[in-house]
Amino acid sequence: MTSHGHSNGFKVVGTRPIRPDGVEKVTGRAAFGADFSLPGMLVGKVKRSPHAHARIRTINVAPALALPGVKAVITAADLPEIPSEESFVGEGPINFRDLSRNCLARDKVLYEGHAVAAVAATSSAIADEALERIEITYEPLPHVIDVEAAMAPGAPLLHDDLFTQGVEPAPTRPSNIAKRLQFVLGDIAAGLRAAEAVVERRYTTQPVHQAYIEPHACVAAVAADGQCQIWCSSQGQFMVRAYCAKLLGMGIANIRVTPAEIGGGFGGKTLVYLEPLAVALAKKSGRPVKMVMTREEVFRATGPTSGAVVEVKLGATRDGKITAAQAVLKYQAGAFPGSPVQPGCMAAFSMYDLPNVHITGYDVVCNRPKVAAYRAPGAPIASFGVESCLDELARTLGMDPLALREKNAAREGTRTAYGPVFNEIGYIDTVTAAKKHAHYSAPLGPHQGRGVASGFWFNVGGESSAEVHVNEDGSAVVVSGNPDIGGSRASLAMMAAEVLGIPVERVRPIVGDTSSIGYSFLTGGSRVTFATGMAVVQAAEEVVAELKRRAAMILDVSPDAVAWKDGAAVPTESYLGKFDPLSLATLALKAGRTGGPISAKASINAQGAGPGFATHICDVEVDPETGKVHVVRYTAVQDVGRAIHPSYVEGQIQGGVAQGIGWALNEEYIYDGCGRLENPGFLDYRVPVASDLPMIDAVIVEVPNPRHPFGARGVGEVPIVPPMAALANAIFDAVGVRLADLPMSPPKVLAALTAARN
Amino acid sequence: MPRVILGGEVGRRYAGGATEIAVEADTLRHLLLELDRRFPGLGRQIEEGMAVAIDGTIYQDTYVVPLRPESEVCLIPRIAGG
Amino acid sequence: MSKHHVSTTINGEPVEFLCETQHSLLDALRDELQLTGSKEGCSSGDCGACSVIVDGRLVCSCLMLAVEAEGRQVDTIEGLAHGDRLHPLQQRFLEAAALQCGFCTPGLLVAAKALLDRNPQPTETEARYWLAGNLCRCTGYDKVIRAVLAAATDVQEGARKA
Repeated sequence: MTSHGHSNGFKVVGTRPIRPDGVEKVTGRAAFGADFSLPGMLVGKVKRSPHAHARIRTINVAPALALPGVKAVITAADLPEIPSEESFVGEGPINFRDLSRNCLARDKVLYEGHAVAAVAATSSAIADEALERIEITYEPLPHVIDVEAAMAPGAPLLHDDLFTQGVEPAPTRPSNIAKRLQFVLGDIAAGLRAAEAVVERRYTTQPVHQAYIEPHACVAAVAADGQCQIWCSSQGQFMVRAYCAKLLGMGIANIRVTPAEIGGGFGGKTLVYLEPLAVALAKKSGRPVKMVMTREEVFRATGPTSGAVVEVKLGATRDGKITAAQAVLKYQAGAFPGSPVQPGCMAAFSMYDLPNVHITGYDVVCNRPKVAAYRAPGAPIASFGVESCLDELARTLGMDPLALREKNAAREGTRTAYGPVFNEIGYIDTVTAAKKHAHYSAPLGPHQGRGVASGFWFNVGGESSAEVHVNEDGSAVVVSGNPDIGGSRASLAMMAAEVLGIPVERVRPIVGDTSSIGYSFLTGGSRVTFATGMAVVQAAEEVVAELKRRAAMILDVSPDAVAWKDGAAVPTESYLGKFDPLSLATLALKAGRTGGPISAKASINAQGAGPGFATHICDVEVDPETGKVHVVRYTAVQDVGRAIHPSYVEGQIQGGVAQGIGWALNEEYIYDGCGRLENPGFLDYRVPVASDLPMIDAVIVEVPNPRHPFGARGVGEVPIVPPMAALANAIFDAVGVRLADLPMSPPKVLAALTAARN
Repeated sequence: MPRVILGGEVGRRYAGGATEIAVEADTLRHLLLELDRRFPGLGRQIEEGMAVAIDGTIYQDTYVVPLRPESEVCLIPRIAGG
Repeated sequence: MSKHHVSTTINGEPVEFLCETQHSLLDALRDELQLTGSKEGCSSGDCGACSVIVDGRLVCSCLMLAVEAEGRQVDTIEGLAHGDRLHPLQQRFLEAAALQCGFCTPGLLVAAKALLDRNPQPTETEARYWLAGNLCRCTGYDKVIRAVLAAATDVQEGARKA
């Protein structure tokens, strides 16, 4: 594949056109999952467990079925029983037995809100009444919420067939610890002995929800011959298809999934909750079924990310060189195994070049909703601990925190703790840019403080398909298979326009359904601009090659004589003859005569996604009377490789920072003594609002990724990694109190201030 | 010959504790087949549960990668995003 | 259960619909009138995605009963543009990239319109506090506020020219 150069000689890439789907969105016409309707559609609703942990003794659905207007009722008995095995269907491994039991509980309920049955009825009111009439008897069991309580011997066990992996010899008694991991580099004991300063601390975080404003929603219809159609908002229509096929025992070819616009995902919509239920209800009732979660259901039953305990120990010599880095990470997985402790372990120290590292991770189940991916899964939690501890180390050594990071920065050639050696990366560039930024030397007022922190994320590639079709008037259509959650459609159109040499307004990007475009791995992992962009560029280049051949035919010259420039076929430099440029529009008109419609497709498995790095600076003002922390100024510097559409790159950075601030200052799940969630709504689950935040200065650094035709790296996930530690460090700078327990809400800050005064 | 660096647990489980082995192979696919031949189950474990970093670049779910004689192949856990 | 007949004005047009007692105005807009631009994010008046303007006042349509629309003027996102002429707020949102997933955008635009109707030249702080009832999880609000402030100037200039 040709590289399109690492200079700024682009015509489209790097500009800020209006996104092609924008007008629909600002006029309220864009169709999200809940905006679809079909004639004869029923309303589907879910009955959920009131207990945090219980055995299901009996379920009697007859009274619900007897209610006029109720057309179908399902329980786990209506889904095929799946043996426990890990299948590899894309971003896996996925344990489909666990996923099935999460969609509808079998034998036991494992968290308050766990789905137990579902109904389809002719109206919302009747569906609600039907849920009330389903009779379920439970045998409540002791429950456990806290991660260390779940690890302790004698803790209530969620699964009697769960044995800790990664421990030698293999245990014979079940446990709530699903897995233990270790990553080792060098000799940690020697590293600690060599240290002249050692800092050690324990940090804790609470589960937080992705809190997308759009609740999960879908419409499913099943025809008499078993052909199924699903409209849903998700992060991957192919994922929905594959998961539904597996959970319902249907053939993939019999399911067609059309992606609706998606109202936020952040990782929380990379799996299914309602879709298999809607399909099963549609099949049983013979009518289409629409299911939309309430906000309360979203909080009670869909994946938050883990709460955790993070224990960090750092050792360094007086000059600031870190000789030892140790961490123990204990992450909650919720009801089924699969917390992001592994990537958390791997990302924890990745910004740094360290000789001796020892990281231990634990994946622990507990009676909370099953954890789902949330923007750089695992890394923000680990970095809260590591980046806070680095700040303490810097203070102990009397060093500037950015200077400490610079001294230990990972660069090209650095060996990571999880194994590989880095190629070209932009970490040090972000530190340098932060140091030079006016923010870093701006004066601070009373009760104000400044904190810095760094972040890292791997970014992934994976399978993507794209098609580029030339229309008869020389405009183009780009079809891809990835839902657009952040403006990726615009970037794909821009990359195609750059290659084709036409204005971006002449390129229409659309997102195809599962029957209209080749397989594409889901939208997530910061992969779409990278991997799907690669596929789009490849297809566009094939179109250009074909256009040159057609031009040669029309002009009756050798194909070697034709080059492509600014959207037209022109003579190559070495060609001795002359001809006037033949524009794409002219060639398009003659497509039939010269061989037929001009289009190309690419289906690839993109590899080599470059990692992303960031360094953030945050100023806070702490009110000593109330403990309220006000974010006064925020600068986020990130290496993005190449910003295809800078506005949307900035948008990703600003959005990730806002989520990190919410995670740091306010967001948490509050449970009562029975394991029931007390704040399943936006009033008491407090996400940042417009008046909480200042303008967020997103500073783009570009160290191009040589594996992408335009140098792009993934950008969406890195920005959520630094904010929590940046805020904790800023609070310390302001009031001299180290907060190690998230969220740093006003009561906690006030308590810490009061304790410090006494 | 390409060097394969195994993580602690993988080395213990499949390769008798070895942390680094030399394997004759010119593509990733051949490497996986050869590893499976020498340490039954290891190739499949990598293919289905892990990613590899070849000279620093991460590859996941793919066979189609050439290896140079000096290549360093690092086995790492799979990466998933959000 | 017999339904109620409601006569109201939506985006300047007389409209009639049937609804049940417990239906919210949001339910009626979306399910009876197929005006799906107003979104349901929480049903408890906390997220603002269902924002509409009733008799000149910004309201969460999920907190208002459909029957209460009788005889009132209701303005929704669908009435913000005039034909293919976008309101300056809509135009500025597009230019400033003040939306990502777009789910909260209709609510934000209606709320911003209500702000400018009442305070034609708000400061950044005034805009932030007014819009604090509209949750956005994607943008961090930076570009949203910039777009609203720029649109305020556009509207003022348009008014001066007229």
